Amino acid sequence: MIKMLAFQTLRVVSLEILGSSCNLLANNVRSITKRCSPRSLQSQILRPLSSHQHNLKVPKVPTWEHVPEEELPRPTKIPADLVDRLERLALVDFRTQQGLECLEKAIRFADQLHVVDTSGVEPMDSVLEDRALYLRDDTVTEGDCAEELLKLAKNTVEEYFVAPPGNIPLPKREERAAILRHSEF
Amino acid sequence: MAASSIAARELLHNIKLIPYYQKSSCLFSRRISTSKLQCSSQPPEKSAPQQLVGVVGLEIHAQISSNTKLFSGSSVQFLAPPNSSVSFFDASLPGTLPVLNRRCVEAAVMTGLALNCTINKKSVFDRKHYFYADLPAGYQITQQRRPVAVDGVLTYSFLGGRKRSQVMRKNVHIKQIQLEQDSGKSLHDDVNSQTLIDLNRAGVGLMELVMEPDMSCGEEAAAAVRELQLILQALGTCQGNMSEGQLRVDANVSVHRPGEPLGTRTEVKNINSIRYLARAIDFEVQRQTAVVRRGGAVLNETRAYDSKSGETVAMRDKEGLQDYRFMPEPNLPPLLVFEDEASLPAGVEAGEAVLLRTLRARLPELPSVRRDRLVQTYGLLPEHSFTLVNEDGLMEYFEAVMKGTSRDPRKVIGWVTNELLGLLKQQDLSVSHSPVLPAALAELLELQEAGCISSSAAKQVFQEMWRSPGKAALQIIQELDLGLVSDAADLHRICQKVVDSHPDKVRAVRSGNQKVLNKLMGLVQKETKGRADPVLVREILQEKTS
Repeated sequence: MIKMLAFQTLRVVSLEILGSSCNLLANNVRSITKRCSPRSLQSQILRPLSSHQHNLKVPKVPTWEHVPEEELPRPTKIPADLVDRLERLALVDFRTQQGLECLEKAIRFADQLHVVDTSGVEPMDSVLEDRALYLRDDTVTEGDCAEELLKLAKNTVEEYFVAPPGNIPLPKREERAAILRHSEF
Repeated sequence: MAASSIAARELLHNIKLIPYYQKSSCLFSRRISTSKLQCSSQPPEKSAPQQLVGVVGLEIHAQISSNTKLFSGSSVQFLAPPNSSVSFFDASLPGTLPVLNRRCVEAAVMTGLALNCTINKKSVFDRKHYFYADLPAGYQITQQRRPVAVDGVLTYSFLGGRKRSQVMRKNVHIKQIQLEQDSGKSLHDDVNSQTLIDLNRAGVGLMELVMEPDMSCGEEAAAAVRELQLILQALGTCQGNMSEGQLRVDANVSVHRPGEPLGTRTEVKNINSIRYLARAIDFEVQRQTAVVRRGGAVLNETRAYDSKSGETVAMRDKEGLQDYRFMPEPNLPPLLVFEDEASLPAGVEAGEAVLLRTLRARLPELPSVRRDRLVQTYGLLPEHSFTLVNEDGLMEYFEAVMKGTSRDPRKVIGWVTNELLGLLKQQDLSVSHSPVLPAALAELLELQEAGCISSSAAKQVFQEMWRSPGKAALQIIQELDLGLVSDAADLHRICQKVVDSHPDKVRAVRSGNQKVLNKLMGLVQKETKGRADPVLVREILQEKTS
């Protein structure tokens, strides 16, 4: 449950992280207002995204206060094995020590969420939670566009898409390191 | 070593011995080869060292019977031209969004209600990530954290006991029922080293049912799946055809000594019939038992069932533990179902919402209720009720016959389960393809009841009706001259002929062996092609041999 809470909160804030990813890379980690409930936190983050341009409740200038280091949990260190696994899952290369540091910084940034008191607050899944999920009638309205879809594919055979056999295993770590060295300029 | 080779021999024995379909078979379980050793219902004797027993849990994917897919309006059809039933969403083109099909939600809720589940008024969707070419989005939308239904129970029965004639009733707990998307299909072309992808199945609605490991052998698992199949078919929520992949069953199998923690389990996949399910599980239990007895360790692995060899074989190892990186599906708010119209929030139309009360009222008669009703209404044996309910359409056939005849239901059931079902199985036909319609059989039975034909002649007439559909029983009786011979003079003449040509038998009867009289009766029936009135014949013969 606690894990879920943290996760939910993390999702809400992930918007913020996305928004400030450039800052993150530049090692300009911003703090978020502490001791506020996730819901008010969420509204702060989401309001600017809404179409209401001139909402009086939205401050014109962002405010934050610094969260002291001692209030945060211990910094996460990323072992090389985990990086390897993440690279495999995400099909993304971290490439360098710099990339690793960037990841650790991103985690450090998210660590501030641990300071937020979420006790007694039911986690949310979606910002549209108070709306009923629209349910569609079971009548055929789409499909029958194989030709159009197949046009998008690089390779087709008759009316099939063509893919390589099975999943191509990713190169082993050493091989990948070699490839990467080669690709760097 | 000796022990394992014995186990292997038992195993071989179990696999080779697939009983034929018996004409009078009542429970499907008789058709399934099972290991009686594994599935003994008696608790092991205390003095004996505790035996290893199998523990079986099932994960079942049931394809929802609907016109359109779970999240898109493209059609669901088996055997459509490749990629013809694919929308932009199914092909995961950027910018497309899921729109949930109400029918699929209702199907899952109805299935949950039929399996005594608690329906979650609010359930949520998650993304489960993995890379495969027939999953174009790179993730499957499923319900991992809060599925639509939880905590149910399925009651199933099979023939057990010492003589395997006792109806054994058991329960298996349903952990959850979740809605999820099906994947597309991959056709592997080894010659050209490529995979052809057909996305027609991608996005079709599935109900994944997770059953707790409450079963112990193939027979129990097979009976549970058969019962589930009947329930789904009665509900109309899934067509339940395993060979067409509408119902896919994976079995989690382990062995342990009762009372001890569960052993390491293997997952058996690639099972496409109920019979193979039973055999795959029994093979796996015996294989693991042999491994443990040898002092080895069972590996946590995925194994595939090979129906040709009857064995399970390890599938290619996945690279380490799969990490599905579950996350909430951001494009779908929680799914809400409501008790009734009164509990609807403002702005939601009753016709657009899923209402539990409405769905409860729509639940049809379930197989277990059907069986009880058949036993009570017609005084049938429980095993007969199983046959009627298990064979698709047979119960309807039986009840239609009963409408047209005044014969004792216990006589009618014999005709339906022996004569009719026997011929159907022989020619591999379904009940709906029977050349003899219920009304025609009823007419025949009425003629027999009225004393117009003997029972053996009735069977001949039935065979003839089967061969020439549409011909009425009465017409066949006249054409083949099968009407009961009750003319006393005729019968006297025939009986005299039999008596004259078998003086030894007549002597035996006269010396007090009344059983021989039956032989004489048989000879008379042979003369009359089974048409003689048995009561009259007996009287005449008794007279002539006294």
